Amino acid sequence: MNNPGTDLRLDWFQNVRINTPAVERRAATLPARRSLKKDHQAAWLLNAVRCIDLTTLAGDDTPDRVARLCAKARQPIGADLLQAMGVSGLTTGAVCVYPTMVAPAKRALGNSGIPVASVATGFPAGLMPLDLRLAEIRYAVDQGADEIDIVITRAHVLRGNWTALYDELRAMREACGAARMKAILATGDLKSLENVARASHVAMQAGSDWIKTSTGKEGVNATLPVSLVMVRTIRDFHARTGIKVGFKPAGGLRTARDAINWQVLMAEELGRDWLTPNLFRIGASSLLGDIERQISHHVTGRYAASHRQALA
Amino acid sequence: MTRVSEIMQTMEYGPSVEDSTAVRDWLSRRGRFGHFINGSFTKPGQTFETRDPSTGEVLAHVSQGTEADVKAAVRAARRAQKGWAALSGTERARHLYALARHVQKRERFLSVLETLDNGKPIREARDIDVPLVARHFYHHAGWAELRDTRFPGLAPLGVCGQIIPWNFPLLMLAWKIAPALAAGNTVVLKPAEYTPLTALAFAEICQEVGLPKGVVNIVTGDGATGAALVKADVDKIAFTGSTEVGRGIAQALAGTGRRLTLELGGKSPFVVMEDADLDAAIEGVVDSIWFNQGQVCCAGSRILVAEAVAERFETLLRARMARLRVGAPLDKSTDIGAIVDPVQKDRILSICRAATEAGAELVGGQSQDGCFIAPGYLKNIAPANPGAEQEIFGPIATFSTFRTADEAVELANNTRYGLAASIWSESATVATDLAARIKAGVVWINSANIFDAAAPFGGYRESGYGREGGAAGMLEYLAEPPVRPARDAATTVPVATPERATTAGQGIDRTAKLYIGGAQKRPDGGAMYAVPGGLAPLGGRKDIRNAVEAATKAGKWAAMGGHGRAQVLYFLAENLAARADEFAGRTSPSEVEAAIARIFHYAAWADKFDGTNVQAKAGHLVNVLPEPYGVIGMTCPNAQPLTGFLSLVLPAIAMGNAVVAIPSQTDPLPVADLYQVFDTSDLPAGVVNIVTGARSELAPVLAAHDEVAAFWHAGPPQERAAIDRAATGNLKPVFSIQNRDWTGPQAQGEDFLRHATRCKTIWMPYGALPAGSGSAAY
Repeated sequence: MNNPGTDLRLDWFQNVRINTPAVERRAATLPARRSLKKDHQAAWLLNAVRCIDLTTLAGDDTPDRVARLCAKARQPIGADLLQAMGVSGLTTGAVCVYPTMVAPAKRALGNSGIPVASVATGFPAGLMPLDLRLAEIRYAVDQGADEIDIVITRAHVLRGNWTALYDELRAMREACGAARMKAILATGDLKSLENVARASHVAMQAGSDWIKTSTGKEGVNATLPVSLVMVRTIRDFHARTGIKVGFKPAGGLRTARDAINWQVLMAEELGRDWLTPNLFRIGASSLLGDIERQISHHVTGRYAASHRQALA
Repeated sequence: MTRVSEIMQTMEYGPSVEDSTAVRDWLSRRGRFGHFINGSFTKPGQTFETRDPSTGEVLAHVSQGTEADVKAAVRAARRAQKGWAALSGTERARHLYALARHVQKRERFLSVLETLDNGKPIREARDIDVPLVARHFYHHAGWAELRDTRFPGLAPLGVCGQIIPWNFPLLMLAWKIAPALAAGNTVVLKPAEYTPLTALAFAEICQEVGLPKGVVNIVTGDGATGAALVKADVDKIAFTGSTEVGRGIAQALAGTGRRLTLELGGKSPFVVMEDADLDAAIEGVVDSIWFNQGQVCCAGSRILVAEAVAERFETLLRARMARLRVGAPLDKSTDIGAIVDPVQKDRILSICRAATEAGAELVGGQSQDGCFIAPGYLKNIAPANPGAEQEIFGPIATFSTFRTADEAVELANNTRYGLAASIWSESATVATDLAARIKAGVVWINSANIFDAAAPFGGYRESGYGREGGAAGMLEYLAEPPVRPARDAATTVPVATPERATTAGQGIDRTAKLYIGGAQKRPDGGAMYAVPGGLAPLGGRKDIRNAVEAATKAGKWAAMGGHGRAQVLYFLAENLAARADEFAGRTSPSEVEAAIARIFHYAAWADKFDGTNVQAKAGHLVNVLPEPYGVIGMTCPNAQPLTGFLSLVLPAIAMGNAVVAIPSQTDPLPVADLYQVFDTSDLPAGVVNIVTGARSELAPVLAAHDEVAAFWHAGPPQERAAIDRAATGNLKPVFSIQNRDWTGPQAQGEDFLRHATRCKTIWMPYGALPAGSGSAAY
């Protein structure tokens, strides 16, 4: 179900106070407060796989390269390993590509049910005329994209122009039609955590289905502190409206340990519901390989070599 | 469904229990422990059991220290002390460094042992206690090295008796032993009976690193062993524990002249202003009252929230509380472990019962099987409710609201205690104002329960006196250079019906009075007594009461700032100099000259006795500020009545205190003549109050007064015991001052200023931008 959004409600966020050292402290201690071992660790890692938006966003992407990525999305973990754990039907949450790669991805994914997410709106900087950005969304949707990862105009945040940000996001939401929208805030560009919180609120009010940290192209991408601030705004939005908005950290998660830490963050700050692909996605490309190695070790008792795992 | 796919449905954490095999092997190898005396373990005597509170399982048998054991340990410490003190700073530093390193090498072992013995979550033992232990020894290795550079002329005290509590067993050991050893003392330490094991493991580390025999001695046992240590021939007692026991120790030591530092209980305010980051403050609560099962003396146990945000704060608090995991301490996902002992659990539950019977509502806080209590808080709680007044020492906070910053301060200070405070506001203006006004030894702005070896820790009021950590902590283990003693004039019993008047033939009759609140007052009893030069008022209990009341109203004096006070003092010198001849007639020209010089000395200091910014943790602004006590009571020597009086009163008022002084009993008129000098020097009313009369009667009344925050005794030593005992009522520190030449250089200086102030350590984490964004803080 899509987030219908609300009117622009400045009063929900204009008095937001964020103490950065306290956020850092919570983010630093949170992973140390929870520990997962053995089967529980394996299950949480497989859950992370379920939530991955397996991503390729490179200038040299080709249809064949995208097809290989899609094959990995369909079988993210070696069949023998899954069989040993008695797990079946595991896929990633989605694949995420540029608009021109949506059609090849759709073809490659066939009837697997795995959604295709497309970045749009002049990704990653977003500094294109609004009509072109909206046209890009419509193009991606036409190509069959199920989800659109849009980027916001950072200048609206930096200049405190919340109405402009809201209007832009509303227009994008409309252009998405039935496709679900992820709003990339590019938190590395917004710098202050209060900016991150305010932009998160506006994005949710404008109808984003997920709020997403980064394009993967900023100087700093997803971090636990930034994520903590964003998920707390999701909590507050839910408390006010009853609407559950999802969260997508992107660009900073590389290790199995990261995958556990972010899930602990979701569980502790938002609860069990936010551990499903419907409300939690991880934008990543190399993360899956590390998870697969850990799973392999869990099943076989041997440490794994990446060349023995299928390439994404 | 398989197990993994099942977990993928529930997404539960599952057990993650730290391995305790190595610790259990050690315990079964050691079995029964003796004491650690003179470098080796004694044969176990009569033993008691120490248990894992989470399961009730007996972990080990530990010896009950007898008086003879304590004596043997003190003897060993005494024998070792001279040699230890004779080592160079670098040599002592190497030993302390080795202790730090060996604690680190045994990090896992010590964490697990602490968790087993105490019941605290392994995460806390591993991530907080043990790293701080190592940090403490590192830091004090540095102090050993720098002792003579930073504290020239100061000497170790000798043998220190140290008694520590069960809530942070190894950390409190480190807080006690590290500074003592760095300064050149040797120690006899008694760990708490519930939690003796990490101290015994530490004894093995002392052997391992080759610490000289007798430098560290550890005697285990219960309160009786502690009492034997208090009675023993030691030069100092350092105690951390309950206010009740601390008061008993202060009483036992009354009149002995032994040094004493007390780190006692608390009921610390946790103030959330309207402009706070509420989520940050919620985590602050978790780190305060839900840290170590709430068994933390400095826990922010009284949550005070601005009415404007109280509802939202409570909603967030409940939600956060619901996610805390109570359970097996060794499980790495446990937030709240076991209460240390069933006795303590019963105590917590009984206070909660009393609180709810008195009308408070308990949210959460259910008793669970075994030594477990769920986190909770008491709401709708009146200030006089037993749950609001008593230290619960469990995972139960109180929750109440305030309307304004002033009311927050008033509520925060409405307690006998003064250990710590936590203040949450995104306004630096508001937060620093509250930090200044709340009476507590440690103030955490936008943070809670952070500790560091460089940041002094200790209390105001009935939370005790003395500091641990940093330079202030080192001073507690060092002695000032000896002063050249002088004989004071004997005190005679004042006679209320004078036999002969000596004022005849001196012009118009003058009547000396008391000086209270800037006005000359007749004594309440209406009697005078004969003194050189005439008659002096014979003050009584009620005059003391009135004088203290006047002193409490002199609050603006502290707020004038150092420069403002210096101006008044210089003016005082000017006006005294103008009447030098007259005062010389009362005393002597040289004493008047010395008095004027003394005033200049403290006028100079008034704006220069600075606090420091200490190097605690990166990203934290940590300021240590000397604050005045408020009202200091004092007795002055008989001889040299003018300089004796001024040498005591001036350092106290220069630092912003108000004073109630009992001047020379036998020769008070030189001081009585000062009243007019005070008046003409713009000294605000109530800053100096003077009650003349029988010192032995007045001093205990003044020393017992609950508004008086510190006491200086420069009278005869035989009067000290009564004063010390009287001072234990509100646990004011007594500065006992040997008589000396009050016109000489040994009657002034920083030692007096230190006793006129107490440190407040204010922590403020800073950093506008998150990590990786180029902020200076990270």
